Amino acid sequence: MLRLIATCLFCFIAAAAPAQDRAPNDSTVLTNPAVSGLEDILRRQQALKTADGAERATQIGDPAVASPETDQLGTLGGASDADLWRAYRFNAADIYTQSRGPASTTLIQDSGMWWLAVREGPLATYGAWLLVGTIGLLALFYLLRGRVRIDGEKTGRTITRFKSFERFGHWLLAGSFVVLGITGLISLFGRKVMIPLFGHDSFSILAIASKWVHNNISWAFMIALVLIFFMWVLENIPNRLDLKWIAVGGGLFKKGVHPPAKKFNAGQKVIFWSVIVLGTSISVSGLALLFPFELPMFGKTFGVLNATGLPELMGLGVLPTQLTPHAEMQFSQLWHAIMGFVLMAIILAHIYIGSVGMEGAFDAMGSGEVEEQWAREHHSLWVDEVKAKETSTAAATPAE
Amino acid sequence: MKPMLIAFVVAGLIAFGADYGLDYAGFTSQERTAGAAVRLD
Repeated sequence: MLRLIATCLFCFIAAAAPAQDRAPNDSTVLTNPAVSGLEDILRRQQALKTADGAERATQIGDPAVASPETDQLGTLGGASDADLWRAYRFNAADIYTQSRGPASTTLIQDSGMWWLAVREGPLATYGAWLLVGTIGLLALFYLLRGRVRIDGEKTGRTITRFKSFERFGHWLLAGSFVVLGITGLISLFGRKVMIPLFGHDSFSILAIASKWVHNNISWAFMIALVLIFFMWVLENIPNRLDLKWIAVGGGLFKKGVHPPAKKFNAGQKVIFWSVIVLGTSISVSGLALLFPFELPMFGKTFGVLNATGLPELMGLGVLPTQLTPHAEMQFSQLWHAIMGFVLMAIILAHIYIGSVGMEGAFDAMGSGEVEEQWAREHHSLWVDEVKAKETSTAAATPAE
Repeated sequence: MKPMLIAFVVAGLIAFGADYGLDYAGFTSQERTAGAAVRLD
């Protein structure tokens, strides 16, 4: 008998349930927050999702229309959890924190999700394709052109191309940049690529080590950047000879073509200025990341860009100039990575032509002494200058 | 090749020096952005 009564009771409750779940009409939902029910909450959330930020900012609870706390799904003093979080987000809540620093004033930052999506999506995807594409193009160039050989007969004599200190500066920059590139790629792709391969525990150790190395070896890169700038800037100022060099592609695409060049040809000048400009940009954005919230620069930069009218011309609209400290950091990270990818692609080409791509090129930065014939083919005017200097020095020295 | 090897060693020394120097000067993100009241260590 008891079982029969229980069965009837269950059927009654089951039949009544849909009536309880039935949602009130839309106008009731949107105008009376006191109406509570799952459907009601979901509908209200949907409506809020489509509203703009300004409208959402007003949805922070109102004790006058609140359900009593004792009710099911009743609000706490007129504001539900969602209302409270919206109040935090739109800085409408009276919040105190023991945290110090400029970032403590922003508890929730909406645009953080945009940054995350860009970092995980287009930045990683296009960045990877840029590097893979560059390596592919270099491999194709090698297959089609082969190694750029010394065309003339080797003399057996060498000429000093770079002094020890110049090579030290180059390798300080090159070594630190290679390490920065690798550790930067680990930071960006580790979660997607390395965790599936090595697991969380192993990657954790690698990620911590990468971060330490990346943060600290960056100083070697910045010091070397200043060093090579002052060492080589005068010889890298563009001149009319560079146009001739560019016109024949530096002789890279055809055997027996050797355009005249001084110490640095147009291709090397492109590498030099890319390293200086992009390296400086990477360094400055890196410093902003090294010292969180201390070097905000994107708000001001966007203001300057807006004044030029370029962003609107490019269909980007007016760029935001009032950025939260977190947004500043996020733009720094994106810029740092984009510039890093571009410089890595350029440096891949530099490494190629300085090693397997050209016979005798590595000696310039290896021993510092290059085959005289190599020097005549790639830097003929520089060889003339060196020889003229040697002759004048010999003439000025009285015979014993 | 000696300048290359020296440069690599110097890069490592600069890295350790930077880590020690910045830590000594109080330029760690922990020092700059966390209050003593919420420190767990």
